[in-house]
Amino acid sequence: MTVLEQPGDWRPAPPPSWRPRTDATPLLPDEEPYRLLGTGAQLDPELLRELYAQLIRGRRYNQQATALTKQGRLAVYPSSVGQEACQVAAALALADRDWLFPSYRDTFAAVARGVDSVQALSLLRGDWHSGYDPHQHRVAPLCTPLATQLPHAVGLAHAARLAGDDVVALALVGDGGTSEGDFHEALNFAAVWQAPVVFLVQNNGFAISVPLAKQTAAPSLAHKAVGYGMPGRLVDGNDAAAVHEVLTGAIDRARRGGGPTLVEAVTYRIEAHTNADDATRYRADAEVAAWREHDPITLLERELTSRELLDDDVIRTARDAAERLAADLRDRMNENPELDPMSLFDHVYAQQTSQLREQAAQLQAELDAEGAEGEER
Amino acid sequence: MSTAAVDTGTGTGAARKPATMAQALTRAMRDAMAEDGRVHVLGEDVGTLGGVFRVTDGLAKEFGDDRCTDTPLAEAGILGAAVGMAMYGLRPVVEMQFDAFAYPAFEQLISHVSRMRNRTRGALPLPITIRVPYGGGIGGVEHHSDSSEAYYMATPGLHVVAPATVADAYGLLRAAIASDDPVIFLEPKRLYWSKADWSAQAPEPVAPIGRAAVRRTGTSATLVTYGPSVPVCLETAEAGRSEGWDLEVVDLRSLVPFDDETVCASVRRTGRAVVVHESGGFGGPGGEIAARISERCFHYLEAPVLRVAGFDIPYPPPMLERHHLPGVDRVLDAVGRLQWESQWTEGGGR
Repeated sequence: MTVLEQPGDWRPAPPPSWRPRTDATPLLPDEEPYRLLGTGAQLDPELLRELYAQLIRGRRYNQQATALTKQGRLAVYPSSVGQEACQVAAALALADRDWLFPSYRDTFAAVARGVDSVQALSLLRGDWHSGYDPHQHRVAPLCTPLATQLPHAVGLAHAARLAGDDVVALALVGDGGTSEGDFHEALNFAAVWQAPVVFLVQNNGFAISVPLAKQTAAPSLAHKAVGYGMPGRLVDGNDAAAVHEVLTGAIDRARRGGGPTLVEAVTYRIEAHTNADDATRYRADAEVAAWREHDPITLLERELTSRELLDDDVIRTARDAAERLAADLRDRMNENPELDPMSLFDHVYAQQTSQLREQAAQLQAELDAEGAEGEER
Repeated sequence: MSTAAVDTGTGTGAARKPATMAQALTRAMRDAMAEDGRVHVLGEDVGTLGGVFRVTDGLAKEFGDDRCTDTPLAEAGILGAAVGMAMYGLRPVVEMQFDAFAYPAFEQLISHVSRMRNRTRGALPLPITIRVPYGGGIGGVEHHSDSSEAYYMATPGLHVVAPATVADAYGLLRAAIASDDPVIFLEPKRLYWSKADWSAQAPEPVAPIGRAAVRRTGTSATLVTYGPSVPVCLETAEAGRSEGWDLEVVDLRSLVPFDDETVCASVRRTGRAVVVHESGGFGGPGGEIAARISERCFHYLEAPVLRVAGFDIPYPPPMLERHHLPGVDRVLDAVGRLQWESQWTEGGGR
């Protein structure tokens, strides 16, 4: 029975201030993840080759970093094997003046944007919390708490727009991060402020061990955009060309003053959360095997082959570049970093407090005593 | 005898007339915004309404919605957005509306605001001022009267200041906005409408963060306090005269950095100290302050350092808060417990 069918002497009018502000339909994501590879769509051959070269680098980087973890050179490494298409597309879709806000799993996105490969690993190596100057390549520090970098991206994009700069911020977050309050607050702010920011959710299926079905009851993570009044886009996260196109479109839209976009890239975390995790406890081998069939490199290789863009030369060039990156990383990570204990007191405040000066003097005395003891021996 | 200069906190500028602390705070933001286009105010209701305490009154009208912005109701979002704005070169001044409303923003505060400078080796300093109307005594209902300074003090990388006078409200807020580090600016709500003769045309120079002020010199004991308890301690000192006590009152003004020098110089002169604040005593600021005094002044002390604090309870309902807040009688009682008989002699102090 509707309101109008109910018995009574009068019919309730709608609440005085109620009116739909936006037609939700255009904001809704596609029913299926958007794809380009294998569809016969027109694609730029140069872009495909660039994506391919970067995917090969990304895979090799992941393998080398994982090996360094086993050798004790990294405290931990959250691998992005299987997610390289998202990492690479995120870096390539941005202009130099734009900003990237990565999470802890997005080391390679930072490297693909130009951050030095060793500096990008400082957090995970443990020699400093963030090893690079964020201004140099406009990459915010890798963010360990979940989704807390998203409001930073909104604030920066908002400030840039106030300054009249056509700068866009791209913020990366995982599927688990979408449950955090900061995800909600950031998207809400971005939409209300019409900030030039793009949110890329890399839905890799698991938040450590918890699958997406236990994370959200939403039809898709991209659907969440509608509630904020921004478009949601759903894309195959292993299709590098599709992720690149969707991100480029969202970034252009933001740059033109069209406001924020939420992009969900459906991908898969092939390896465990980190080396401290046992993924066999929460997922079946068959599932992993199916996703290996849908590997971003395999997909792109098939496309390049069908277009006769993949010859031995292209493969060798890509692999050589990847090997050089890995060898350089291996060599430099095998050197023990020189750490100055007195740097503990650096950069806590613009001017050191008297309390920190006293504590620095205490540590210096301890170091001097250790040095003297060493000489006596 | 004490030689410390007495700072009454009322200043010496020309054309002085009564002004409230709230007006001085507004003026501080207004002057900072006029001088520096990078200063932006944001928070809930700070624009059209002028803030629930009207402390941001007129800023949106004078500087526009982009400089004084009504945000969605989301403290983590407000502070998180301020981080990004600061990363792009702005100097955000954030209002948290009420003390307990700031708690949703604690992750941003502790995980990012306090340590971004350190994390990035100085590449990303965050010059953010976080204004927190704090403390009780205004009859607020639950979650409107907390004193949260211990949480902020326990977080390295933050400055924590609390003005107690009209002149300091202006001077310290100017200093906070000018600081290249994040500053928690605790505004004692019950002093918002306290008045002093103050010149809006020629306000005193910016008060440096990290320096305490001796509000009243004395010889019998030092009352170490800050924020809303400063007037309580000054009143106590007046009341103590009839008991023969000549009490010195040190207004910390800044909890981080802490002015050991001024506090210890005072306690060494008087030999006795009572720390007074309205937040709870257990794990509270007074424990840290008492420990610092004991470590540095042990041989000068004639009595243990005492604390007069709020009770260790969730902030009480408004009809009972007068029993919780340290008042003159409770401070006088503590002063009386400083074992005067051992040293107090006819004719004066030590």
